[in-house]
Amino acid sequence: MGEVRNLLIVGVGGQGVVLASDIVAAVCLRHGYDVKKSEVHGMAQRGGVVYSHLRYGPNVHSPLIERGRADALLALEWSEALRWLPYLRPGGVLVVDMVRSIPPIALRDRMTWKSAYPPMDVDQVRALQVEVCACNAGQLAEELGNRKVANTILLGILSNLLEFSQEEWEEALSAVVPPHTVDINLQAFRLGRSVHAERFTAGGIPVDLPPTYGVPRRFRVEIVEAWCKGCGICVRLCPEECLRLDSRERAKVGDPGRCTGCQICQLLCPDFAIAVHEEQVEEASIRG
Amino acid sequence: MRQHVLTQRERLLLTGNEAIARGAYEAGVKVATGYPGTPSTEILEALARTEDVYVEWSTNEKVAMDVALGASLGGVRALCTMKHVGLNVAADTFMTASYTGVGGGLVVVSADDPGMHSSQNEQDNRYYAKFAAVPLLEPSDSSEAKEFTRLAFEVSERFDVPVLLRITTRIAHTRGLVELGPRQEPASMGYVRDPRKYVMLPAYAQKRHPVVLSRLSRLQEFAASPEFLRWELRDRAVGVITSGVCYHYVREVLPEASVLKLGMTYPLPLEQIRAFAREVERLFVVEELEPFLEEMLKAEGLAVEGKAFFPRQGELSPDLVREGFVRVGVLLPAESRAMSEVPTTPRPPVLCPGCPHIVPFLALRRLGAVVCGDIGCYTLAALEPLQAMDTCVAMGSSIGMAVGLAKAGSAPGPVVAAIGDSTFIHAGIPALVDAVYKQADITVLILNNGTTAMTGGQPHPGTGLTIRGGQTKALDLVALCRAAGVEHVHVVDPYDIAATFVAIEEAIHHQGVAVVITNRPCVEAPVKIRDNPFIVVPQKCIACQLCMNLGCPSISWSVETYEGRPKVVIDPATCTGCTVCAQICPTDAIQLFPSPRAVPGEKAGQSRG
Repeated sequence: MGEVRNLLIVGVGGQGVVLASDIVAAVCLRHGYDVKKSEVHGMAQRGGVVYSHLRYGPNVHSPLIERGRADALLALEWSEALRWLPYLRPGGVLVVDMVRSIPPIALRDRMTWKSAYPPMDVDQVRALQVEVCACNAGQLAEELGNRKVANTILLGILSNLLEFSQEEWEEALSAVVPPHTVDINLQAFRLGRSVHAERFTAGGIPVDLPPTYGVPRRFRVEIVEAWCKGCGICVRLCPEECLRLDSRERAKVGDPGRCTGCQICQLLCPDFAIAVHEEQVEEASIRG
Repeated sequence: MRQHVLTQRERLLLTGNEAIARGAYEAGVKVATGYPGTPSTEILEALARTEDVYVEWSTNEKVAMDVALGASLGGVRALCTMKHVGLNVAADTFMTASYTGVGGGLVVVSADDPGMHSSQNEQDNRYYAKFAAVPLLEPSDSSEAKEFTRLAFEVSERFDVPVLLRITTRIAHTRGLVELGPRQEPASMGYVRDPRKYVMLPAYAQKRHPVVLSRLSRLQEFAASPEFLRWELRDRAVGVITSGVCYHYVREVLPEASVLKLGMTYPLPLEQIRAFAREVERLFVVEELEPFLEEMLKAEGLAVEGKAFFPRQGELSPDLVREGFVRVGVLLPAESRAMSEVPTTPRPPVLCPGCPHIVPFLALRRLGAVVCGDIGCYTLAALEPLQAMDTCVAMGSSIGMAVGLAKAGSAPGPVVAAIGDSTFIHAGIPALVDAVYKQADITVLILNNGTTAMTGGQPHPGTGLTIRGGQTKALDLVALCRAAGVEHVHVVDPYDIAATFVAIEEAIHHQGVAVVITNRPCVEAPVKIRDNPFIVVPQKCIACQLCMNLGCPSISWSVETYEGRPKVVIDPATCTGCTVCAQICPTDAIQLFPSPRAVPGEKAGQSRG
């Protein structure tokens, strides 16, 4: 009785996680294995996390992989690789596209302008005893002429680690992908397969960390009440909702702490009634 | 691969949903009905790819159940599919269909969602079988899903009872190998007039209830038949009674334990269970969600253990079953194999680029409305950055709750019900009629995107299309609202920000019930809509973040800054060209992409930082 092998494929909605796992499942079937493959549809797909557990072997019971037991993790996006890392077994392989898909929620801090995208890099993951095959598959796919085949390039890299022959892979691939994309997918697969895993593990891939922006600043909004006629333009357009109309229909600063100094109110006020001033912030209070 | 799922004769890798469709097809089902709902939707979609079967998306689950029951009484086999909460809607018919019994076999599929991957609760619908006194089948994988569905029709006809086939998300969306068989269509039994059986007047219903009860004891014997009951006697120290996907989790973590696998979980084969209990030293029940089996077995005086070790909430997994048996002491604490979590970014689901629901909720937020929301993609407007929803409970609840909130008189702002087109037709129409009847002072926003978007773009009566894409009559929402007595009905394009703000503001100021219908097709389903993308002119962007407030996933921070704030970029590969960000940009920095659709790589690279 052979062992059951566990492969976890992860990414963001729209990257082709399910198609990639369909291809692997087709390869396993052609090889005569039992296969189970599990994913979740529905709300999770609306730009959220997408995963596919794939298990194959002579006889597969659970459709889900236990934590710490995946032989390989194929990640179509870097932060998703980090999210699912605990599923890898010790000595497991991570095949990852270094492309970054930053969710809108990670770009919400308007005081420090720090992105909530994870700062961890490839070398830090290697330090966790994970074998990492990292590449910029998205960019390679674009050079081939279709950004969507990044998943197939990664499958090509993965194929060097699994037992199936190139013919089995290419047959399965051709049967599963949309007919008009067979050629470019085969190209993408061969590109990935031609690059031996060592190339990725030997040299460090430069990791493009999210940029950091400026330092926190503080602003004061000055409104000349006598000039304000209560049109509400500034109230409706302030991105931080700092402004409001008071009981006499005059613009007032509701929450000055949220002002980012964008000066939209000053620019758009038809009556030139608003001025935004920067206030001095002590160096120490920023660091603290 | 998927297109031919139901026509080839071979072993195929099918999802549980496709397998149920295949089982029904092989059993010769003639009529299949349902309302879309994750994780059940793909069953009818797979059946619609076959011939010989009448398949429909019904207006709601209650209608679906009625149509299926009617077909069954007409003498043919009928299937009715829905998600777990859908059975609440259909329960009225379902409960009494247990009394009427069936003509042709009637199988009701309830797709439960433990873990609430895509649902508002995680109710355990096995109780519905006990409640209605009907048999309950629980397949453990795709292969059984097909086989149990086929058998369910036979059970239904043999015992004159609707059968509840209960699956979970994990069964519905896991692919496994399924051996296909031929379609065998039984001859129609024809319609047999039998008012004493089908007209549930009190006098007739009183005669049917004893039939229901005596049927249960016959079913109890049948539950022990080998198609549904599997003895796996191995190590006698530990015995496990389990069903559904949990069987496979148990087999994964305790390959040597003795297992009694139940395929029919109501009524229970008690004699066999007692015999199994005598064979093992310690007896456990492993089941997802409620202690449904455990409580029934305890009531029979059996010493079983279960929820003391396995969680009552959420989805089970091999990890959780292993942890449970470690706590029991049957398994040693696993050497810590898994590394601990590493920091990463949260990635909640969001409204898509170009989603026509964004602007109406932006308006509601800015107008300070109290928003009773409803079930659909637009429920995501409750999250950052829009945060423009106060309630979301059940299909169609928005309008009734808004009426109640308005009558309570305590709302801090104008009361608005926001409901999608499919949800409005499903359960919102009676509530709208009620709101007019009650002269409630509310605004009803019907977000009409011409599809059932959340579940992948199914047609509904407002679309004028059938499940197979055929033409049919389309419901006129404006005429319907007018007929209900709504005097103020405005239609607006939600991509037009100014017009949408004005329309909603006017509706709010209208005394009584006002309806605003926002008309724009969903950009993702049933067809993807892609217009020419927009681009940010960096020299003009003052990094004000107004466009970031839309929460559009196509817009993100650039590497460039303006006065220390990040400027923005648009990913032209995902931008649908909806124009909304361009409309709100105060410096006119967002402009049409110079060369339509020819997306250069370096721009895409830039947007990824």
